[in-house]
Amino acid sequence: MCLGVPMKIESIDGKRGVGSYSGGEYDIRLDLIEQPKVGEYVMVHAGMALDRLDEDQARQTLEALREFDELSGRVS
Amino acid sequence: MNFQEEFRNKDITRRLIEGIRNTAQTIRPVKLMEVCGSHTMAICRYGIRQLLPPNLRLLSGPGCPVCVTTGDYVDKAVALARISGVTISTFGDLMKVPGSTSSLDKERAAGARVHVAFSPMEAVELARANSDRRVVFLGIGFETTIPSVAVAIKEAARRGLRNFLVLNGHKIMPPALKALVESGTEIDGFICPGHVSSIIGTRPYEFLAADHGIGCVIAGFEPVDVLQAIHMLLQQVAANKPAVENQYTRLVRPEGNKAGQAVIAEVFEPADVPWRGLGVIPGSGLQIREQYAAHDAERRIEFAHEETIEKAGCICGDILKGIKTPEDCPLFGQHCTPVEPVGPCMVSSEGCCAASYRYLEKPLGKKD
Amino acid sequence: MGKKISLAHGSGGQLTRELVENIFVPKFRNDALSRLSDSAELDFAGGRLFFTTDSFVIKPLEFPGGDIGKLAVCGTVNDLAVAGARPLWISCGLIIEETFDIDRLEQLVSSIAATAAAAGVSVVCGDTKVVERGGADGLFINTAGIGAPLAGYRAGSPRPGDVILVSGTIGDHEAAVFRVREQLGRKLDISSDCAPLNGLVEAMIAAAPSIRVMRDPTRGGVGAVLNELVGGTGCSFNINEEAIPISEEVRGMCELVGFEPIYLANEGKIVCIAPAEAAGELLAAMRAHPLGRNAAIIGQVLADRRERVFMQSPYGGSRIISMPAGTQLPRIC
Repeated sequence: MCLGVPMKIESIDGKRGVGSYSGGEYDIRLDLIEQPKVGEYVMVHAGMALDRLDEDQARQTLEALREFDELSGRVS
Repeated sequence: MNFQEEFRNKDITRRLIEGIRNTAQTIRPVKLMEVCGSHTMAICRYGIRQLLPPNLRLLSGPGCPVCVTTGDYVDKAVALARISGVTISTFGDLMKVPGSTSSLDKERAAGARVHVAFSPMEAVELARANSDRRVVFLGIGFETTIPSVAVAIKEAARRGLRNFLVLNGHKIMPPALKALVESGTEIDGFICPGHVSSIIGTRPYEFLAADHGIGCVIAGFEPVDVLQAIHMLLQQVAANKPAVENQYTRLVRPEGNKAGQAVIAEVFEPADVPWRGLGVIPGSGLQIREQYAAHDAERRIEFAHEETIEKAGCICGDILKGIKTPEDCPLFGQHCTPVEPVGPCMVSSEGCCAASYRYLEKPLGKKD
Repeated sequence: MGKKISLAHGSGGQLTRELVENIFVPKFRNDALSRLSDSAELDFAGGRLFFTTDSFVIKPLEFPGGDIGKLAVCGTVNDLAVAGARPLWISCGLIIEETFDIDRLEQLVSSIAATAAAAGVSVVCGDTKVVERGGADGLFINTAGIGAPLAGYRAGSPRPGDVILVSGTIGDHEAAVFRVREQLGRKLDISSDCAPLNGLVEAMIAAAPSIRVMRDPTRGGVGAVLNELVGGTGCSFNINEEAIPISEEVRGMCELVGFEPIYLANEGKIVCIAPAEAAGELLAAMRAHPLGRNAAIIGQVLADRRERVFMQSPYGGSRIISMPAGTQLPRIC
């Protein structure tokens, strides 16, 4: 129900900011992000950053899947 | 990190598909429901359904805001669009949804001012730039979208923009899931909406496993996310251990986004609202709090809308419950198509009828 | 209340087709029109000539990569070129709204002249009408064009085993216009691909005279053109989604607003179908031309009688690309 794209925060001006994604820069709202920092990634829906994206968690998901054994169907 | 490309890795998707097939061989036939319309879209766009084993079925649930919006909401929006001095501002999703006799698209063709917005904040700016007009933003959507509407209302209040109004049609997801499972379905597991969950967290789903023995996995929208969620649900079925699991850990925290929850609670309060096909569900919607009544279109503008006509033969309601499929509908593909839609499930590009019409009809390699 | 014309009737999709098939073709009834190609192919004085017309309404009139003047020349030149003609002469009819700025008009007419010169065509006749304020949106242009057949080429029908090519990145024109009209994005560098394609077409035909058919995927994009081409062939098309060239910016904008790039209009691209054995030389000739640098083979013609366009996802599944139902609207779902 909700299109979202990951954006990197490029600049911050109070509750407003600019996020970059796929070669473009877009105005975003940061009302829901506690103490946003330039360089962090957020998931943006309808111009609103929903929350931060966590690189460590993403890496853990991907690493577990790289170990994924399709025969047992288990993450080893 | 590229948060999209990494989760579109073909080696990982290939192995997940193998894993799903291998697991499915060891278990009974399984029905999973993707609650969220964006999951339906992702499943269609990536051709995931065709890759699944025959004993695994995916059903599309009530998580497309356009599809569950009742006919009278569209009729109200149409009535407002006809009032001189009113500009409607809406997400493009609602433009072509047929009301009883008209749609916003048709009203625009007839001369109404209808603005397509990317964000509610744009509608606030529109109100600022057009102080002689009343700008009515059509507030539909779930917990993902509601905070941005709440922020827009607060912003308009702060800046004294009394000509910014919202026609409120927001809905919240967990009570609808509760109503769905209590109405008796044969669903073995839910793929739960990742972006709604980024706001509400994982806890509101706990009743599914605890009270109903149905597992669920909160999932992202990339191919790796959807396939991994399906795989996790099959593992739950195989082990007979329904649980609430979070696949989308890079975004969704168990407690959700407190600031998002807070701004919703500040501007809105719970209400019993009707869902198309599901009827009135207690606590499944929101109304604008008294403090912000100045921005509630229904309280600020007196208007009457035409009597809402439910379209005969349309089975969108049963389709949303997972009881029927689009192909069961007598109107599907004949009297109801994306060009001339009858029901909302055909209008919304994420509606399962539109998805079936566009993507699933006679897939390649399965000749009739 | 009778049915009314909606914007979708002009979107190049299914409703446009219904208008053409239900009203225009039966009323005008003649063989040249009934083929519904981009240009009419006519027998004349013992030879053949090609004739086409196109009208241009666009908001805003100026956009990154072009303006309505350049567009009006390219549209007609390209309709002739993809039919296998060398464009020679075009006409230019202007409908101007009262109070339109004359300096701006001069700018746009300069653009018409410059584009015509680049394409090697002459603007040989024209017409000007002014309508009262509100009777038009600034400026509308109609152009018509006449071309001579390119020697050694005749369009034919796609056959199983043929390959499908596109001459470069898709969606640039509509994305660029949408972007400036909606003021989307603080920084988003997308330019219209608007360009006269007759030079590229001549290079393609020189390299591969066996090309079956060419089209310029304007309104409704590559998706609409493929659906038009597949009709009546007794074949189906299989498109490999990953092989379709698209710029990072356009892809990103599409993901953000929920557009399908395959339905976005292009004004400087060619979709073509050619025998597999000609594909290598054809692709090399396209890539050697400045307007075909990003050309790619995007699919094959299948011996599948359903006459459908399938698109293969990178993950193994496929979906149907149907005729677009109308112009796409940005969405949040």
